[in-house]
Amino acid sequence: MNRSRVPLYTTLAVLLFFYLPIVVLVINSFNASRFGGTWDGWTLKWYAKLFTQRDIWLALKNTLIIAVGATAGSVVLGTTAAFALHRYGKSRLQRVHYSLIYTPLVVPEILMGISLLLFFVAIGAELGLFTIFLAHVTFCTSYVAMVVLARLQDFDFSIIEAAQDLGAGWWTTTWKVLLPLLAPGIAAGGLLAFTLSIDDFVISFFVAGPGSTTLPIRIYSMIKFGSPPLINALSTLLLVVTFTLVALSQRLTERRRA
Amino acid sequence: MSGRPRAPSGTEAAPPAGRVEWMVSLPSLVWLTVLFVVPTLIVFAIAFKPVSSYGGIGAGWTLETMRSLANPNYPAIIWRTLWLSAVTMALCIVLAVPAGYCIARAAPRWRRLLLLLVIVPFWTSFLIRIFAWKVLLHPEGPLKRVLVALHLVDPATTLLYNAGSVLLVMVYTFLPFAILPIYAAAEKFDFRLVEAARDLGASSLRAFWSVFLPGIRRGVMTAILVVFIPALGSYVIPDVVGGPNAEMIGNKIAQRTFVDRNLPHASALSTFLTLAVLAPMIAALGLQGRKGRQPIIEEAG
Repeated sequence: MNRSRVPLYTTLAVLLFFYLPIVVLVINSFNASRFGGTWDGWTLKWYAKLFTQRDIWLALKNTLIIAVGATAGSVVLGTTAAFALHRYGKSRLQRVHYSLIYTPLVVPEILMGISLLLFFVAIGAELGLFTIFLAHVTFCTSYVAMVVLARLQDFDFSIIEAAQDLGAGWWTTTWKVLLPLLAPGIAAGGLLAFTLSIDDFVISFFVAGPGSTTLPIRIYSMIKFGSPPLINALSTLLLVVTFTLVALSQRLTERRRA
Repeated sequence: MSGRPRAPSGTEAAPPAGRVEWMVSLPSLVWLTVLFVVPTLIVFAIAFKPVSSYGGIGAGWTLETMRSLANPNYPAIIWRTLWLSAVTMALCIVLAVPAGYCIARAAPRWRRLLLLLVIVPFWTSFLIRIFAWKVLLHPEGPLKRVLVALHLVDPATTLLYNAGSVLLVMVYTFLPFAILPIYAAAEKFDFRLVEAARDLGASSLRAFWSVFLPGIRRGVMTAILVVFIPALGSYVIPDVVGGPNAEMIGNKIAQRTFVDRNLPHASALSTFLTLAVLAPMIAALGLQGRKGRQPIIEEAG
């Protein structure tokens, strides 16, 4: 049977579309020309210049502080939420709970940004790293809950019952049986939360205050007002980090499957 | 999850089921109520507040702010937001269905590689991907040079700062979100059904249209939602690669918030956007309600 070649060609075109801008950007980061329209030879000067920009490193520090905090907070909230949704899924409380967890996933970021800004203004909170942290925990919780919930679907609850039949109490079962078995799902959720937090621009932009510039906020102002070659160099470095992380997580899941 | 009664065992007494349910539900319920539901309600409330002379929120209540959405240039921006999001969604689905099909049918080795290639842009910084297009489409940029050299465009055309460039970058940004759920549905699809249809004399187009597409319906629905709804709220894309002639509702919200410091106006626009977002969501949940409750977003994660 001859299969149509349309899907294959579409997929190849889509991949070209995905990677063309990224490849151009990476090549341009080594281009001596300031505007990147012409090729003026290889250079590393943009990378050298990048390392002298103190505010970028400060922004990176802020980003990492928020990401670590938001990951920790959302992993706790998301995991308990997923457990509740799975274990008591049919009750009326969980139906409300599920809508609460699900809605932030689809609401556009700008709406979450403005509503949190107005909330913080209304309660008189000072905008800064802490308000960004609160905002990040809010949207990361839903993602963690969904990832852990997906893992729970394959979870065999008879193990819990077996542990209880063997005399383990409620507390012991939770800490010694349930959590270790859920660890891969929790780790996957945490990794997602960390990445989302590091990457978030829109919500952070709305709830940031003076002195709480994160890396995406810094990149945004560089895009609007700064010099393109520096962003090229910074982007290339971030892409290297992303590719490494994706490759690592891929290796981890593969080994588990083997 | 059987709720069958279990004989109490062990030394630690298990708390009653109802209390455990509240204990594990309460943290996220409280957090999301305080930081998601309450803020959303505040936006709705401020939309009905007047603007004070200092650009702050005035006292009392008014319908003036909501009514002002009807005049000057808002209808044009609202219309542009709707059509850009709808066309983005349509293009994403048209590209994602064959791509999802191709990945699902590829040999396992290739499938993993293709999937990885789709996921990587999904994990890379959203700002960087938009910036990459700004460089590519720049008047002095590489794409323009190639197109002019091939006599495909006039040297005077601008590739950047119009609705077309916004559309292009929106498709670019949202396409991975469309491919993943469609692939997830296609992977579960039994391709012997397509072969059976072909054996019974259906053309390949007919088999695709009447057998494959209905089979991956759920994935397509998810893809539509995860592209259309965030697209409605686009703000950074029109801000960076669009210009004053390609503004969307998101840009107006940000402008009213940061430039004009007119929070009631920003709230009125946000209220409108929330309603625009809720409509397709409720429609989708209604459709799903008939087929049993199951998360739509699940396959996208």
